[in-house]
Amino acid sequence: MAETKEKSLSDEKPKPRVRPIVRLGIFLISHSFHFSVVCCTAGVLALFLLPVLAKNTYISENALMPGSASPMLSNQHVSDGNRLVKDLTNPNSKSSETGIESHKIIAQYMLDLGAEVSFHKFHPQMNQFHPLHFFSSPDSGKIQENYSCSSYGINTVGIIRAPHGDGKEAIVLVTPYNALKSGFGEALSLGIAYSVFSLLTQVTWLAKDIIWLVADSQYGEYAAVAAWLREYQTPKFSSLSTPNAEMCPDVNNLFELKGHSISGSKFSNSFRRAGTMASALVLKVRDQNEQFEDTISIYAEASNGQMPNLDLINVVNYLAVHRQGLRVNVEKLWSLLNSSWLKSLGEIFESLAKVAKSLYPKWKFGIPATEYVEGTATLASSLYYQALGVPTGPHGAFRDYQVDAITLEISPKFSLDKVWRNDILLRGGRLIEGVIRSVNNLLEKFHQSFFLYLLTSPSKFVSVGVYMIAFALLIAPLPMVAASLYVDANSSSNCSKGDSSTPSAITDTDEHSIAIRSWRWLNSAKLVFIVHLWGAIVSLLPYFISQIPDCSPTTSFMIWVLLSILSLLTLNSVLASPLACAKATQEKEWALVKSVTISSVFIGLGLMSVINFATAEIGALLMVPMCLLAQPLKLDVRAGTLRSFCRMICNLVLGHIAFPPAAFFLLKGMLDGFGNANVGDFWMWVESLWAWNSATYLFIGMVQLPCWVLCISILFHTC
Amino acid sequence: MVLLQRPHILLLLIDTHQFLQCWIAFGSANEEGQQQEEFSEELLVKPLPDHKLLAHFHFQSSAPPSTSNGCHHHLFPKAISQLVQKFRVKEMELSFTQGRWNYESWGGFDPISSSNAKPPGVELWAVFDVPQHHIDASWKNLTHTLSGLFCASINFLESTATYSTPEWSFPPASGNVRYGTLPCEAVCTENLTPWLKLLPCRDKAAIALLLDRPSLYRGFYHSQRLHLTSTESSSEGIDSGIILEQTLTVVLQPNSERAIEVHASEKHVQPSWSLSSIFGKQVSGRCVLAKSSSVYLLLDRGLVAELKFPNKENGKSAANGLTSENFWSNPSFELSVNPDRIFLEESSSHSKSLSILYMFQVEKYSESEPFDIGLMWKVPVAWLCQQTPLHASRFFMGSGNERGAIAISLKSTQFTEGFMSANSKDGSCELRVDVFQVVPWYVKVYFHSLRVFVDQQPRAVSDFIEKIHVSPSKDKMSPGVMEVVLKLPCRVNTAALTIEFDKGFLRIDEYPPDANQGFDIPSAIISFPNFHASMVFLEDDSLNRSPLLSKFQEKCPVMSYTEVLLVPLTTPDFSMPYNVITIKCTVFALYFGSLLNVLQRRVAEEERFLKAKAAKKTGRLPLLLSKLSAKLRGRRREPLHSPPSSSSFINSKLVLKVILVAGLAVGWQYFFS
Repeated sequence: MAETKEKSLSDEKPKPRVRPIVRLGIFLISHSFHFSVVCCTAGVLALFLLPVLAKNTYISENALMPGSASPMLSNQHVSDGNRLVKDLTNPNSKSSETGIESHKIIAQYMLDLGAEVSFHKFHPQMNQFHPLHFFSSPDSGKIQENYSCSSYGINTVGIIRAPHGDGKEAIVLVTPYNALKSGFGEALSLGIAYSVFSLLTQVTWLAKDIIWLVADSQYGEYAAVAAWLREYQTPKFSSLSTPNAEMCPDVNNLFELKGHSISGSKFSNSFRRAGTMASALVLKVRDQNEQFEDTISIYAEASNGQMPNLDLINVVNYLAVHRQGLRVNVEKLWSLLNSSWLKSLGEIFESLAKVAKSLYPKWKFGIPATEYVEGTATLASSLYYQALGVPTGPHGAFRDYQVDAITLEISPKFSLDKVWRNDILLRGGRLIEGVIRSVNNLLEKFHQSFFLYLLTSPSKFVSVGVYMIAFALLIAPLPMVAASLYVDANSSSNCSKGDSSTPSAITDTDEHSIAIRSWRWLNSAKLVFIVHLWGAIVSLLPYFISQIPDCSPTTSFMIWVLLSILSLLTLNSVLASPLACAKATQEKEWALVKSVTISSVFIGLGLMSVINFATAEIGALLMVPMCLLAQPLKLDVRAGTLRSFCRMICNLVLGHIAFPPAAFFLLKGMLDGFGNANVGDFWMWVESLWAWNSATYLFIGMVQLPCWVLCISILFHTC
Repeated sequence: MVLLQRPHILLLLIDTHQFLQCWIAFGSANEEGQQQEEFSEELLVKPLPDHKLLAHFHFQSSAPPSTSNGCHHHLFPKAISQLVQKFRVKEMELSFTQGRWNYESWGGFDPISSSNAKPPGVELWAVFDVPQHHIDASWKNLTHTLSGLFCASINFLESTATYSTPEWSFPPASGNVRYGTLPCEAVCTENLTPWLKLLPCRDKAAIALLLDRPSLYRGFYHSQRLHLTSTESSSEGIDSGIILEQTLTVVLQPNSERAIEVHASEKHVQPSWSLSSIFGKQVSGRCVLAKSSSVYLLLDRGLVAELKFPNKENGKSAANGLTSENFWSNPSFELSVNPDRIFLEESSSHSKSLSILYMFQVEKYSESEPFDIGLMWKVPVAWLCQQTPLHASRFFMGSGNERGAIAISLKSTQFTEGFMSANSKDGSCELRVDVFQVVPWYVKVYFHSLRVFVDQQPRAVSDFIEKIHVSPSKDKMSPGVMEVVLKLPCRVNTAALTIEFDKGFLRIDEYPPDANQGFDIPSAIISFPNFHASMVFLEDDSLNRSPLLSKFQEKCPVMSYTEVLLVPLTTPDFSMPYNVITIKCTVFALYFGSLLNVLQRRVAEEERFLKAKAAKKTGRLPLLLSKLSAKLRGRRREPLHSPPSSSSFINSKLVLKVILVAGLAVGWQYFFS
């Protein structure tokens, strides 16, 4: 349409040549439909190609030198560790209710090694919704008034000072331990950590201090580690008149026992520090037994999809696989593993790769179909956990302070004999020793390798340069379509007016009307702004709802929905939005609304891709088709062709899927089955998102929900 | 043995030769009763509570202030005397340290720790005897000279951004002090060898023979220090008496086989040791040039209190009967060699018990009968070293690359209580603490944000800070210096100082090669001017006093250094210059290209040209090209004579042809390979 008009114009008077870049832009805008179809398909295809394009990991930092030194952990240390495991699992030690006995045992063992020991008492801090604290750095936390002596945790901290080191840096080893109901796995993890610790007190190569934190996990592993880190990084010097943990009788008891220890100078009840943390390892041993072989799972995702440096994962993977013979696992979406369509897709890629290889032997990009399926499952879980923005373990607390950390979970092939236990202690200990030795070698902090990556297997990754392509292709059509819609809406009305009047005569009034018409988009922008404002209000509402005492998740959710609808209606009436399509004179109103919506979605997705790429990617997959396809249903019904019917169906389906709660339930159903879906679940999920300060929450509230509302309003536009 | 003997003979020859020369040259001077150049060597060994052993080597050379000997010396190192003369150094101290002094278990209140516990790396301070405007030039020259002399990168202290001028808090209080540290300097044998070269016997005889490099550097703490004082210079300033004090302090682990300790019964018994077991060498003979050479064994006040010597009560009388067997044949330990003398400390104000010093004369021993002192513990003993009144630690607060805070936390040790009872007669007892902190300029400290917490309560700064001197940093010019005098109540439990800072940006050429490691903030110095670490031993002859013991008697304030901190700064991607250059070049090319394009274009001419072109018959290929480009333009300016349908037809035909050829090629490749 635009072309014909312009041609007719160019017939009349020769125009000067247009710059090539402008010409290209005009070409893209005029072909925006084909362009957007091609780009979106390519974007989705590129996403599915990512497992094929994944590269093998490599150790980027030369100083790490993993596995270059033979492990020094001997059977002597293993038997030391075994002794601790025995003492901890001993029924006498569990006699006391508070589990203080086992803390004393651990502290005594640390002291015997010559380490500096201190206890850190903390009150578990409930995660709360702070509307304005999303991107701020962690603060020292609020002091709650109603602390009682019954609820506090005790972290036991042992520090080895490097004999020759200058104490500027430290490596942290964390073992979560619940003294009240510890499984055998937790005791075993302490045993592994202790055997490494006892080795490290003797070695001469230590350049960084070693901190062993036995985190009291009775209030959650993350809370304990986060409390310790808060005290380490942002201590409070002033304690107000709140009852302190020191005043509680149990804790005093704890210190008194240590008072007459022979090496009393090594023990202090003050908080002890070492230098800047270079990296942290969280070690866990799972209680459930593994069927086939000893495996080790790596959890790396921290809050808002932040990942530790890839080198840290590489070192663990290298040492576990090539030195200790452990199988390394990263999280997978298990439901994807036996999906047939993925398998057939993998087979297609495989056969394509075969053809390509036969054409030119140097093209070797194919991977077997099974590997592809596994890679996709891992990639999907990697994307999912990054998108969620909730840390997958206690290591997440470290990332908030720019410390690279991962959680290692050893799941041993279970049997109860002593040989097996020694074996797992030896292998686990040697793995930890190797990792610590590698990190100890580091002169600089981790900076060589990637921070932005997705894992497709423990030894394969997709770097930011590759996975950005899929996202860029997905969102590339958005500005084009917005521009073309804008041009379209303007020109069509222009044409209709121009036809009615005499085409040759251009009067002052016409120019005036053109000027008014070219500002018509402001109306739509106002609508979009109002809806986004509403989105902001909706995302703030849970803060007030959560203040209501004794509210079940389902009722909270209902209140939220009701309040949201109410606020939308109020805003609509107060600000007199043209949502109801009052201005029938402008029949292309919906096109302008769509154009502005698409622009705002583009901006939102672009911003989100900087904060949390995975969220933006998943959001783009949902929102881009919805935005691009949205068209008033009335028009489609009126047209009555097959094409418009298809579009209508797509619009209706997408309109359902892209609604955030619907998307959540669909995802949940796909992962765990639809049987136990509950309305309250969404509330719980949202609650967890804001408790972890996940930017995904903001994205859903302020980008996806407004976009969905706008698209729905376009669908039901009365033209 | 023969090998060992040879250098001795050689040295003796040299010595006699030198002596003769001296005699001839300055005989008259000697007759006037002037002081001789002297050299003495001493070693002090002290068991530490945490099963370790402290060895403190003390070498002292002195040159008399005399004009007559000119620039010639027989014992005194010429390099040092030249240095003193050239730069008019009044006092100077240079220390190389590896490892950290553990104030909690090794103590901080005795003369050894307060003057020999140094921050890791290199520390240098110097007092000059030159006019104010020459000091900086002298300092720069001095750093370069020392850098050459000791094979260390002391020359980095030359730039004004690395050294500071303490006003009054630094001990040798005077305006001519310059102070600089290099916390990340690695210390090794290459620094020790030039240091040993300053000794007249090097490490070839007597006590210096013990300096076995592998065992020294295996230790937990290693600090080599060079301290020189030139006594009151005359008006010319050339001839001045110089005292050069070289000390080496090491903390070693006596027995390396820790497997023995596993047995619970033996765990708390202090390890037995002998000089040969810890150093791998023995002292054989003396350095003939040394005036005295002796080995001391110091038993700490705390240890002596634990050991319960039988006649502790009448210490005075025991000191008189020095050979009394009670002191060295104790039920809890045994010495392998009988001490020559025993010194008992005079009563000190801070502690009830008194330390004991055993002295061994090395002169008595020869190569055939080497000296090797050993100590055997029989029963487990545990004691605590005397600590500084407040234990200081310093750390960073906050996270992120933007800002943070430095916190210095002071925690009272149990020692303070003993002091308080002695000093709180007037009721208002105060504890004075001096804090000296230098921060590099890229850590932009906001001095107004200084906050004081006393006993976990935020307090007004003016309540506790008596005196404060601040010199703010200048970017790339000078570091920020903060000197604070705190007056704390004696019963203080904890105190903390916090000060906020912003992290600065460096230019790309200012980053060191290992920028991602982070940047060091040198140790703060916490000193307690009210307290003096001194040990006065009862001696019968004050004339023949040992330099080490007289050093102990000096009243030096108790000092402690805090940890070195590592501040991670934002580092650019160091491929950034390349990226910036490429992007800039691209932008410039685009800009100038379009600018020139606009400048040289004449619109009217272009139109005429276009018309002329349209009139002309064009060939097939140019036509095709123009059509292709017209297609790209969105068919906006198609030539009037060619219908649009034909253009698209030709185009699609062409595309089809290309695809056909490509398909053929692929098929060919596929089937025939």
